[in-house]
Amino acid sequence: MSARLKAVLLVLPLVAFLGLFFLWPLWMMVATSVQGGTVRLAFPETAAAIATWDGVSPPPAPLQAALLRDLRLDTPQERFGDAVRTLNSQQAGFRTLLPRTVRAVREAGEAEALDLAALDPRWSDQAYWLALKRSMPAYTDANLLAAVDLKRSDDGRIEPVPADFAVNRVIMLRTFVIAAQVTLLCGLIGLPFAMLAASVTGWKRNLLLVAVLLPLWTSLLVRTAAWLILLQDTGLINQTLRALGLIDGPLSLIYNRTGVLIAMTHVLLPLMVLPIYASLIAIPRNLMPAAAALGAAPLQAFRHVLLPLAMPGLLSGSLLVFMVALGYYITPALTGGAGDQMISSVIAFYATGTANWGMAGALGLFLLVPTTVLYIVYGRLSRTPLVQT
Amino acid sequence: MSGVSLRPAGTAFGALRLAFGALAVAFLLLPLVAILPLAFTDSVFLVYPISGPSMRWFGALAESQAWTRAIVNSLFIGTGATILSTVIGTLAALGLRRELVPFSGVLRSIFLLPMVVPAVVLGVGMQVLYARMGLASSYPGVIIAHAVLCVPFVLVNVAGALASIDPALERAAASLGAPPVKVFREVTLPLALPGILTGAVFAFATSLDEVVITLFVAGPNQTTLARQMFSSLRENISPAIAAAAFIIMILTFALLLAVKGGAVLGALRKRREAKAG
Repeated sequence: MSARLKAVLLVLPLVAFLGLFFLWPLWMMVATSVQGGTVRLAFPETAAAIATWDGVSPPPAPLQAALLRDLRLDTPQERFGDAVRTLNSQQAGFRTLLPRTVRAVREAGEAEALDLAALDPRWSDQAYWLALKRSMPAYTDANLLAAVDLKRSDDGRIEPVPADFAVNRVIMLRTFVIAAQVTLLCGLIGLPFAMLAASVTGWKRNLLLVAVLLPLWTSLLVRTAAWLILLQDTGLINQTLRALGLIDGPLSLIYNRTGVLIAMTHVLLPLMVLPIYASLIAIPRNLMPAAAALGAAPLQAFRHVLLPLAMPGLLSGSLLVFMVALGYYITPALTGGAGDQMISSVIAFYATGTANWGMAGALGLFLLVPTTVLYIVYGRLSRTPLVQT
Repeated sequence: MSGVSLRPAGTAFGALRLAFGALAVAFLLLPLVAILPLAFTDSVFLVYPISGPSMRWFGALAESQAWTRAIVNSLFIGTGATILSTVIGTLAALGLRRELVPFSGVLRSIFLLPMVVPAVVLGVGMQVLYARMGLASSYPGVIIAHAVLCVPFVLVNVAGALASIDPALERAAASLGAPPVKVFREVTLPLALPGILTGAVFAFATSLDEVVITLFVAGPNQTTLARQMFSSLRENISPAIAAAAFIIMILTFALLLAVKGGAVLGALRKRREAKAG
């Protein structure tokens, strides 16, 4: 067997495993976000008949008959519910209209000729039929548009949703702001910290490195729990400040933005320090004394010698911290208030709370794309491995 | 000894450096240190000073069916995910070693991707996939999901260990007549073993700590220690949390010490043997 073939065979199990259980789920998430399938599946004949309707004239008799036949189908309760939910999001009123119509149609029996408008006057309202038509295509951009607070109007134009419902852009913006704030804080602490660690030797350097590595190895949940305990009103920090007489009442440090920033900075700081440290440690030891010998003041030497050399580490550390921070869920969920939740929590809400996978998928796409782009940039820029051991 | 010396420009600068270093170390380590003693409080509140030492919260964990089950689940799922990810991750690291596979670089990037893809995004996709495959709320489902996240850690560690093996050793063994399987078993594998073990430990620690994907794919029967901790943290924070945190920390550090200690011992033994020989 050739060496090349052997190598391919060794890699194959992982390719298959990640293809099946990593790439495929991601692809399914994307696919779910553009699938308009629920209504189509529940109303197959209507889907076929409505395609030929122009949307301007009143719905023709064959279309109404097709809908009646679909309503008599023994559609699984769950699928019917999904369809109703989708329709109702397009046109409020479907939630009551459809179950009511189904009941009336089934009571009437097969033979009877039925007039939909007589069962419920809403069927003579064109808007309901238009919503039905809009929900029928196999693929839809409705979820993707909704993810950025846009929707299609009755005549197919893209327009913003009413201000009261426009929440997604706010949360996306907030996610990027929090990630940027955490990156900045990590840089402000991480750069001098890495410089300090690179400038000392012996036990001092070991202590500083252990201080970075120990939290990295500690469970994220344990660290978040620790901050919850430390930052409470009766927590160690408030107690100490009080005992020192610095404050009268407790500072509110938790369940707000302060708590989120403190805990996230703590969690992500090692990811900033280690790449900077790695780039500093590679600098020849005599460079700074050389700069000083040539007459550079410490600040000057820092600006013109050390900082440019630390830059690659700072850049990859920042990218790493920002990229990881974007997807955070656990820490904001536990340490933040309602106004500090990031986009992940909205996705989790749609997926586990309301089973609206289309929306969860669409929002997920808006999180997946920037992360992947940043990862590619990171891969191009950085030689530092993602994990430190 | 390498590094950059920042020439201390006077005592004020030195004092500033010391203060910053102390504060930063405190910021990094204080939370980890502060939570440990609280596991032994006899109070119902998580506050200092601790009124008296007691094991009551460990007792509370042991008596609670939810917590004991979560601990057992975590160990079971963690073991499964570790074995799965270590086996296929090690094979892949061996395959990628000499860059013989087409698109090695791209593959490597894709293999590390689970580390950066937001867990919630993967969770949504897995929920949809599992519903279709009938894996939702099952142990194999959770183990597979965890293994996906563990693979990058195995890959990085094993690849690192393999890269540090001197190819001359393997060539020497082969030239002395050892067939490839024997070279692998008696030269490559023992030299790569510390990396494989480290990878396995990281895999286990990753699984132990994973919450988000578990929230999406696990049923009530597969609740893990981390997930149980997450839901208790959301409901009410009692010292039972500190006790659980204590257990997790001890577990992780014991594992790490085992690996790091093993590596150190191995190096010492090698040095002694070299001297003796």
